[in-house]
Amino acid sequence: MTTTLTPQDTTDEKPKRIRRPRSARAGGQMHAGPIAYIILALFTIGSLFPLVWTAIAASRDTQRLAQTPPPFWFGSNLFDNLEIAWNDANLGEAFINTTFVAGVSAATIVFLSTIAGFAFAKLRFKGRGAMMLIVIGTMMVPPQLSVIPLYMMVAELGWTDQLKAVIFPSLVSAFGVFFMRQYLIQALPDEIIEAARVDGASSWRVVWHVVFPAARPAMAVLGMLMFVQTWNDFLWPFLVLTQTGSPTVQVAVAGLGRGFTPDQSLIMAGALLGTLPLLLVFAIFGKQIVGGIMQGAVKG
Amino acid sequence: MTTRHDTAAPPDKEGGAAPGRPPADAVPEVDKRRRARLSRRWQRDMRWSPYAFVSPFFLLFLAFGLFPLIYTGWASLHTVEMTAPTDMEWAGLRNYTRIFEDDFFWNAAKNTLTIGIISTVPQLLMAMGIAHILNYKLRGSTFYRVMMLAPYATSIAAASLVFVLLFGRDYGMINWALNAVGIDNIDWQNDKWASQFAVSSIVIWRWTGYNALIYLAAMQAIPQDLYESAALDGANRWQQFIHVTLPSLRPTILFTVVVSTIGASQLFGEPLLFDANKGTSGGSQHQFQTLGLYLYEQGWVNQHLGRASAIAWTMFLILIVVGIINYVISRRLRASS
Repeated sequence: MTTTLTPQDTTDEKPKRIRRPRSARAGGQMHAGPIAYIILALFTIGSLFPLVWTAIAASRDTQRLAQTPPPFWFGSNLFDNLEIAWNDANLGEAFINTTFVAGVSAATIVFLSTIAGFAFAKLRFKGRGAMMLIVIGTMMVPPQLSVIPLYMMVAELGWTDQLKAVIFPSLVSAFGVFFMRQYLIQALPDEIIEAARVDGASSWRVVWHVVFPAARPAMAVLGMLMFVQTWNDFLWPFLVLTQTGSPTVQVAVAGLGRGFTPDQSLIMAGALLGTLPLLLVFAIFGKQIVGGIMQGAVKG
Repeated sequence: MTTRHDTAAPPDKEGGAAPGRPPADAVPEVDKRRRARLSRRWQRDMRWSPYAFVSPFFLLFLAFGLFPLIYTGWASLHTVEMTAPTDMEWAGLRNYTRIFEDDFFWNAAKNTLTIGIISTVPQLLMAMGIAHILNYKLRGSTFYRVMMLAPYATSIAAASLVFVLLFGRDYGMINWALNAVGIDNIDWQNDKWASQFAVSSIVIWRWTGYNALIYLAAMQAIPQDLYESAALDGANRWQQFIHVTLPSLRPTILFTVVVSTIGASQLFGEPLLFDANKGTSGGSQHQFQTLGLYLYEQGWVNQHLGRASAIAWTMFLILIVVGIINYVISRRLRASS
């Protein structure tokens, strides 16, 4: 089952809907009935409700959250709570740290995955099949199992509490290699590479002038996926970054919940602040991210 | 590996203008030598650059993936304390026998299994249903897809913290709603099954939409004529779903089952942050302590890194068994179809 989806198929949903009936699609001849819309609406509400309620709780004070019935609408404390949470959890620094970690990590993964994915998709070399098997096997082994030696390594190198302790282990992304390989197999015609070769281009020139331009849409999607993943990563930053040092947003937000009598509205304000940047990214690039996930899903 | 990288690189830097085509007025002798040099370089490039391209990934994988994994196995055979991580004393299989004798290990293993089932099964079933609906001709289909992915954008920390409040015993929204239909307050923190359900619901909430998109992608790849011939044979929509959609989705279903199983076996942040006391024991009675949490408790709270390594390797071996079962099942399925 190799993928037949092209980027246009999944990302440009609207024009397609207008231009032609979806006769080429499974189930495409069936119009959705009202029940389908009701189920979808319920599901959408279920997806959004905890997020909206986070904002509602963040706009109240902690006494109001210890009353029945729970609040259903916004109070007046939102900006006060956001400010206090921002200062208490040192979120300004945490935002800078996390943006740096996620940005460096995503950019490096995208670059390394693209050249490795290109080699696996289009170049012939001894051991290619075996190496690809290792990549796929790596995807199935969760990195969490390696935290103990990694922790010892980081302690040995004196990296504890430093951002590079978070960045380096996050760079191993077998998914990225697999994702770029799947994309390049179909998006990069062999003839273009041949043509560049005939012109005397070296492999690095081919990568630079042919592969990168062709891979750009997939690189953007992979970059966003990796940014989200690194931004939300919890266990490893939690282990190597103490909350007094330079935490990431997730560690800082989780730290708000500690303390003797935790202020629930402040915790919610912190949770909201930690989530907002990604929700913003999703609001802008949601369509592309959806397309990317669906594209990465159909595997051979 | 880095030296290979260097040998492959020069043609790019030096041969700025098409190295394969020397100027026509070049001196023949020099030209010949130059050609020979270029073709040697060309062969080197063709031969080694693929390795240069994949080597950064494999170097990182060796350093931060494979080596730590193997070293975990090595450390699991030693007594290692957090206070002196380099001070290792051979212990044979004692770490393994110690954890297998620990009731809390078996408790954590059982909890991981039950939470895994409670979170994975409804999640994948709902994802399948939603994907089926999204596969209809819909108005605003992109809107629904993006909305469905909002929980995926929410971090474990943020999601767990809000679910703690929603599942509050006295003032939580969920108990309030249950009261409204005549059900008494449920103690989502301390009751065993209720707490496991609550922890699972965080997982379900975050991943259902994501899995729905994966199923949807696979459904869209099913050729339309399969449905047409099924319809000609008189199959209604439900029969088409059972006899056309589901069989075509088999590999994808297997894939999501494996990925969800791996995710469920690693559950850590959700039970850690769901605990109102923010302890590592997974509730006062260890009622929702998972293996991931138990590993953390042994390694970072009790400071027994050797024992924690033994837990990690036990989890790894369980995953290998799951992988083998998956492989056997997928071969059977392929053989039968």
